[in-house]
Amino acid sequence: MNLSLNFRVIGETLPDFLTGLTATVTISLAAFVGALIVGVIACAMSLQTSRYLRAPAVAYIDVIRATPLLAQLYFLYFGLPSFGLMMPEIMVGVIALSLNSGAYVSEIVRSGILAIPRGQVEAGAASGMSYLQQMRLIILPQALRTMVSPLIGQAIVLVKDSSLLSLISVLELTRAGQTLAINRFMPVEGLVTTAVCYLIIYYGLKLMAHAWGRFDQVGAKR
Amino acid sequence: MNETLAFLLEQIKSVIEFHPVILKGLGMTILVSLIGIVAGGLAGFALGIGRASSYKTLSFLIGAYTDIFRGTPVLVQLFVVFFILPQAGIELDSFSAGAIALSNITACFVSEIVASGLKAVPVGQLEAALSSGLTRLQRLRLIALPQATRLIVPSLAGQFVLLVKDSSVVSAIGLLDLTRSGWIVVQSIPNGLLVFSVVGLGYFLVCYPILNWSRALEKKH
Repeated sequence: MNLSLNFRVIGETLPDFLTGLTATVTISLAAFVGALIVGVIACAMSLQTSRYLRAPAVAYIDVIRATPLLAQLYFLYFGLPSFGLMMPEIMVGVIALSLNSGAYVSEIVRSGILAIPRGQVEAGAASGMSYLQQMRLIILPQALRTMVSPLIGQAIVLVKDSSLLSLISVLELTRAGQTLAINRFMPVEGLVTTAVCYLIIYYGLKLMAHAWGRFDQVGAKR
Repeated sequence: MNETLAFLLEQIKSVIEFHPVILKGLGMTILVSLIGIVAGGLAGFALGIGRASSYKTLSFLIGAYTDIFRGTPVLVQLFVVFFILPQAGIELDSFSAGAIALSNITACFVSEIVASGLKAVPVGQLEAALSSGLTRLQRLRLIALPQATRLIVPSLAGQFVLLVKDSSVVSAIGLLDLTRSGWIVVQSIPNGLLVFSVVGLGYFLVCYPILNWSRALEKKH
């Protein structure tokens, strides 16, 4: 058995991979938006002084961070039907990914906000700004800058994590490769093509982070 | 209401009856994670030292190697080890395949952590070592590594948590780990919320203390 690639087979199954790639990108984008929403809410709650708002947010973040995504995915996949909630696998996957990444996003947002010196917020309050004005005019413009790079990092993790959706039979990139690898006994072609597709997304996002870093530095010098 | 409660109690009882499978799974999760942290940690330190070294080609090659694995999902890597290596004549059972894939990905992440730790050691320290007549190896062993290690312990602890969680993918190639045990139990007890809460609890008990320890260390710095 040799390890050379059969490019004819790759060419033949390329449409499957393109479908898988599109699905992976769509799932990741949807889950990223979901994670931003969940993350901002969880972060806002965890920064409150009221224990009743803080405790659930902290518990959510800790539970997500200390358990694997695959267990969370199965929890929803096998668990939701017992509530009579039947939904397509892809929905279950996007919800699981959003809830999982949301916890990490909330930590990113939190450290971005906490990195702003207290004095600035106090100065804002002293100039008669409301809480929302302080947030909008002082904290967020600065905090958002520091959040961009780690958020791109989280997007990279999210894309890779979305491969687990293949295990609840969502047709995405990994599933496309798996099908070729197992059903057609062409593991090298199937898995190498899959890996290359992920690497294209990975390097694209890495390039984005790099470009942002340079843009941010130039902006800071001005 | 009482009936539902009685039914739930019945299910909890049957989950408890499955405890040998779940405990076996937990043991496997801990075992592959320990292999991953020891093998991957050692290899990662070696790679990281090369990555931070002044040999440009070596550093580039290690960077490229680790980047390929940091940019692809662990699940795909596991499939590569499990399905492609046998084609090259290396027959692997699912346990070895899981251990290899997990050690490799850990080595790649640890390599970057070690390299960034080594680069964070102040230049003055290295110059001082040089002017005191230490050899390069002595400088690495006595000056750079101890300081770098102290810096990176929180990240290494975080990496270990990541490894324990990533180890759940070995269930996909049929290895009976904690996630797989949940998968088996849920076939007999159709209550996914209950079964995977128990599975989640198992992971939580392993990961949460390490996560907390890592956070506490980070705050100390």
